[in-house]
Amino acid sequence: MPDLAFDVAHLLAGSLVLVSLMLLYQDRLPALINVFALHAILLAASVAWQALVQDAPVLFVTAAIALGFKGIIIPGALRRIIVRLGIHREIEPVVGIGPTMLAGMALVALSMVVMLRATPAASPFAREDLAFALSVLLLGLLMMVSRRNAVGQVIGFMSLENGLILAATGAKGMPLVVEISVAFSILIAFIVIGIFLFRIRERFDTVDLQALDRARGDQR
Amino acid sequence: MDLILAFATQGVQMLLVAAAAPLFTGAVRKIKSRLMRRVGPPVLQPYRDLARLMRKEAVAAANASWLFRATPYLVFAATWVAAALVPTFATGLAFSWTADLIAIIALLGSARFFLALAGIDIGTSFGGIGSSREMLIASLAEPAMMMIIFVLALIAGSTQLSNIAGFMASSAVGLRVSLGLALIALIMVAIAENARIPIDNPATHLELTMVHEAMVLEYSGRHLSLIELSASLKLLLYVSLIACVFTPWGLAPADSGPIAWLTGIAAWLLKLLVAAFALALFETSIAKMRVFRVPEFLGAALMLGLLGALLRFVSAGF
Amino acid sequence: MPVDFSLCLTAAFLLLSPVGAVISNRRAGSPILYTASLLFSAALAGNALAFLISGGEPSTDVLPLGIPWMGAHFREDALSAVFIVVINLGAAGASFYALGYGRHEQEPRRVIPFYPAFLAAMNLVVLADDAFSFLLSWEFMSLSSWALVMAHHRAPANVRAGFVYLVMASFGTLALLLAFGLLAGPDGNYAFDAIRGSGRAAAHSWLVLLLILLGAGSKAGIVPLHVWLPLAHPAAPSHVSALMSGVMTKVAIYGFIRIIFDLVGAPEWWQGMAVLVLGGITAVIGVLYALMEHDLKRLLAYHTIENIGIIFIGLGLALAFRSNGMPAAAALSLTAALFHVFNHSLFKSLLFFGSGAVLNSTGARDMEQLGGLIHRMPQTAVAFLVGCVAISALPPLNGFASEWMTFQAILLSPSLPQWGLKLSVPATGALLALSAALAAACFVKAFGVTFLGRPRTARAAAAIETDIFSRLTMFIWAGLCVLFGVLPALAIDAIGPAVLGLLGARLAPQLPISWYLLVPISENRSSYDGLLVFLFIALSALFTAIAVHWLGSRAIRRSAIWDCGFPDPSPLAQYTAGSFAQPIRRVFGTLVFHAHEQVVIPAPGDVAPARFHVTLQDPAWDGIYAPLASAVSFAAGRLNVLQFLTIRRYLTLVFVTLVALLVVLAIWT
Repeated sequence: MPDLAFDVAHLLAGSLVLVSLMLLYQDRLPALINVFALHAILLAASVAWQALVQDAPVLFVTAAIALGFKGIIIPGALRRIIVRLGIHREIEPVVGIGPTMLAGMALVALSMVVMLRATPAASPFAREDLAFALSVLLLGLLMMVSRRNAVGQVIGFMSLENGLILAATGAKGMPLVVEISVAFSILIAFIVIGIFLFRIRERFDTVDLQALDRARGDQR
Repeated sequence: MDLILAFATQGVQMLLVAAAAPLFTGAVRKIKSRLMRRVGPPVLQPYRDLARLMRKEAVAAANASWLFRATPYLVFAATWVAAALVPTFATGLAFSWTADLIAIIALLGSARFFLALAGIDIGTSFGGIGSSREMLIASLAEPAMMMIIFVLALIAGSTQLSNIAGFMASSAVGLRVSLGLALIALIMVAIAENARIPIDNPATHLELTMVHEAMVLEYSGRHLSLIELSASLKLLLYVSLIACVFTPWGLAPADSGPIAWLTGIAAWLLKLLVAAFALALFETSIAKMRVFRVPEFLGAALMLGLLGALLRFVSAGF
Repeated sequence: MPVDFSLCLTAAFLLLSPVGAVISNRRAGSPILYTASLLFSAALAGNALAFLISGGEPSTDVLPLGIPWMGAHFREDALSAVFIVVINLGAAGASFYALGYGRHEQEPRRVIPFYPAFLAAMNLVVLADDAFSFLLSWEFMSLSSWALVMAHHRAPANVRAGFVYLVMASFGTLALLLAFGLLAGPDGNYAFDAIRGSGRAAAHSWLVLLLILLGAGSKAGIVPLHVWLPLAHPAAPSHVSALMSGVMTKVAIYGFIRIIFDLVGAPEWWQGMAVLVLGGITAVIGVLYALMEHDLKRLLAYHTIENIGIIFIGLGLALAFRSNGMPAAAALSLTAALFHVFNHSLFKSLLFFGSGAVLNSTGARDMEQLGGLIHRMPQTAVAFLVGCVAISALPPLNGFASEWMTFQAILLSPSLPQWGLKLSVPATGALLALSAALAAACFVKAFGVTFLGRPRTARAAAAIETDIFSRLTMFIWAGLCVLFGVLPALAIDAIGPAVLGLLGARLAPQLPISWYLLVPISENRSSYDGLLVFLFIALSALFTAIAVHWLGSRAIRRSAIWDCGFPDPSPLAQYTAGSFAQPIRRVFGTLVFHAHEQVVIPAPGDVAPARFHVTLQDPAWDGIYAPLASAVSFAAGRLNVLQFLTIRRYLTLVFVTLVALLVVLAIWT
């Protein structure tokens, strides 16, 4: 049984990293949102598995939050936003897809090296889990950096948060309070960024962040 | 009973230094005159001067403050106490532990502090120039003095003058180069502190290079007499200091009777005579130097002190 | 327990702060607040003194504040108690003085709320027993005193003072923060007890010492970190200047002692030498600065630097002796340093009170505009004179007693085995003697030009004596200066437990010795009796006065100034502060300050006045701070670009930093 637990957890966390890389690969907004929903569902599955394995029913709440908010509500809301904003054009990655993917692979390698060297004392289960979580986090950050569009950055930010939750559930005995607060912080961030998007749209007729720089009057 | 005796011996010492100070000054003046082929004033002339000044009314400037009038008494008292704490004829007097060499030098510093303030009190340029230069010379002399004290403490293991003198009188000392250097440095400091040639000239008071005399220019009558007496006392103090540290012969030991004291007094007077002759000879054979060469003079004293300490370290074989 | 009592009163100070903000506009606001401060600080000082005398055990307390898993630790041991006495004695004096002086404050709203906060902060630093509370209190102390420095913020000079102070204070706290980081190590156990036991300091001892010297030294005013001090201390109202100069620098000394002596322990001999030489240089440079200065309050602030140097000489000696296993000599050095801490807080407060009184009644801080105040303000003059004698280290006042003990410690140095110490200690002794003599010269100048002579301006001629509270405070403080000069054993015995706690040795109790003699090592070696010296001088002066008046003449005639027959009626022809310092400027100034004198004499027949001009360069400012400032300005110009990036680029910076740190971790571990 422990072997199976380890393998499944490993598989789920690994797929989460894979989906993060897929996020980087997407260049259309609806597809990006769909992949993000998949990301959240995988996270929910991973957390639920942890709940089962660690025999910690509170983690099911976390899984439900992840599934409910990030897998269903937020992607739905984002879809409505892009429909209302009428964004149908392609998103433009700043660097090409190829270099981004290469950088993503390098980041995954880096986080493996760091985590495996930094935590020799921890159980292999936690180590792998943490390494994957760090990869997800870094890939989320890379996504925020490489996207010019605000929606892309929002999704990058939320996938980053997913990485944090993965890390938190991998470590045994993290209090529920913290998870709930993390979930709510994401929700609030989403709301704020959503409102923010509308404001940009109203004012500048675009969600391209470079429009903001022009408004500051100091862009050369 | 012991206490009364202690006070008595200390009192004898105080009266002795106060009485001997003008005599020493007079002797120096007389010898100096003779060396210059002049007859010179009698040896007892300083006593007459002091008495004459005491009897005269004091004249103070209209804007002189209480500080101006109090300073002569304070200066005299501090110098007197300091002079009484230097062994003259006997070591180990009852109150000799009251202040060590550092404290004695600092007491002279207190006296100088008030005298310099009094120099400024009237608000004249002569007073200012005197005070300002006096403080400059003091600030240069003090580090050199500290180095000398360091060398002495290094050799004798004490800063208590009675103990230093006692140690120097013992056979354990022998001839030491560092002691010789300290002696030269101490003589240089003494010359500077007492406003003697070549630093200052006590015989003049109307040239721009004057220091001490300019500072006390406004004083007259009993005030001036006290200040003159303090100056004599200070000179005597330094001579006694050099005598008791470097030529401790004849000093009565701590618990000796009146006979040893009498021989001690005789030895002390003899040393004073030698010192007066040496000082007069030195002053007649050298010219006064510019004020801004004083730092070089006292810097040399400091270097000699440092060198003395260094040689002492080397010879002790650390 | 003492620590709880102290904490309660400190909390009371903190509560007083908002009360002060509310009542500061009322007429009764200032007296109420200063009275409350006076009572609180008197209670604090009394409690600490009782603790010292009774020789109680250290008491600790943990409050649920600060870092969650640790709480805020507080402890009152003998060392803290000594400094609580110093702080609150100074605070009581400043509060009492401010009962009178504070009424002249134009903008009480800018002073009153911050004053109790400042007092609370200083007490908290001394009570803190973990790195977090210590740093927090330290920074609180910096900020509250900064607010007080900026009380008169309309003067451009004060704005500059405030800016320089803020920069230096933040820099100092940063250095301390890094030092605590090194001491606590990666486990992050910041309680002082844990640091004490960890023995981590030995690994980085030179780095820790450097950081503490930067952190505590910049607050105390070690050369060349002193530049803010002569700007900031005089800018505050005078009672706050007294606190900053007399007390806050002592809190910095406390920080140094607490960390280096208590937490780090086991010093190396070269550490002692470094501190010692730094102290000697600080003392001499500080007093030379003071001699060049003609602003009364700035002169006093520069003298604080000198006295900090003297204290650091004592501390350096203690380190050197301790590293060579000579506890008795180390105890003497540390006692001398702590005694000087106490003494300096007394006479520096007194002198700042006096300068405040002068400032109040004449409106001038520049000595060249004063003169003759001994006639207009006789009582202030007496008190100020006592302070001048005390700070000039002249017997029989208290400044001499502590410097004499430092000299005694210096004279013990030949038994040190290291050659570096053998040579540097006597050299430092010469520097100490030089600084003491220059201090005397400087205070002849300060007192002489301000109080003696003839008034140089109409303002000085019209000065009136200051209020009763100020005078009373000054007289009490002058009395204390005399008391502890005459009976130094009182203070030395009270300091004893603190020294014992740090070094495991202390001076033998001095009070039981007959005639209140001071015997640091043995009577064969050296002794000094302030009481007898005082009595001898007083008695012989009295005797002389009676004898002269009885035997000689007692008549005195007032007449015109003689001045060798050439009196100049104009008071401007008097010796000024600048001319008094001229010989010293020529001897030392050309070396240290590149002093340059320029005389312009017009051609014969020309009626233009002759001009005399002196230029001085501040070596610390020109040599260190000006290049540093221009480097910062250059870097700021270059980095200005970073202020105008897109959001994505900012994110990229964050991302790159994170990845770079991870790479470092991956390679290094």
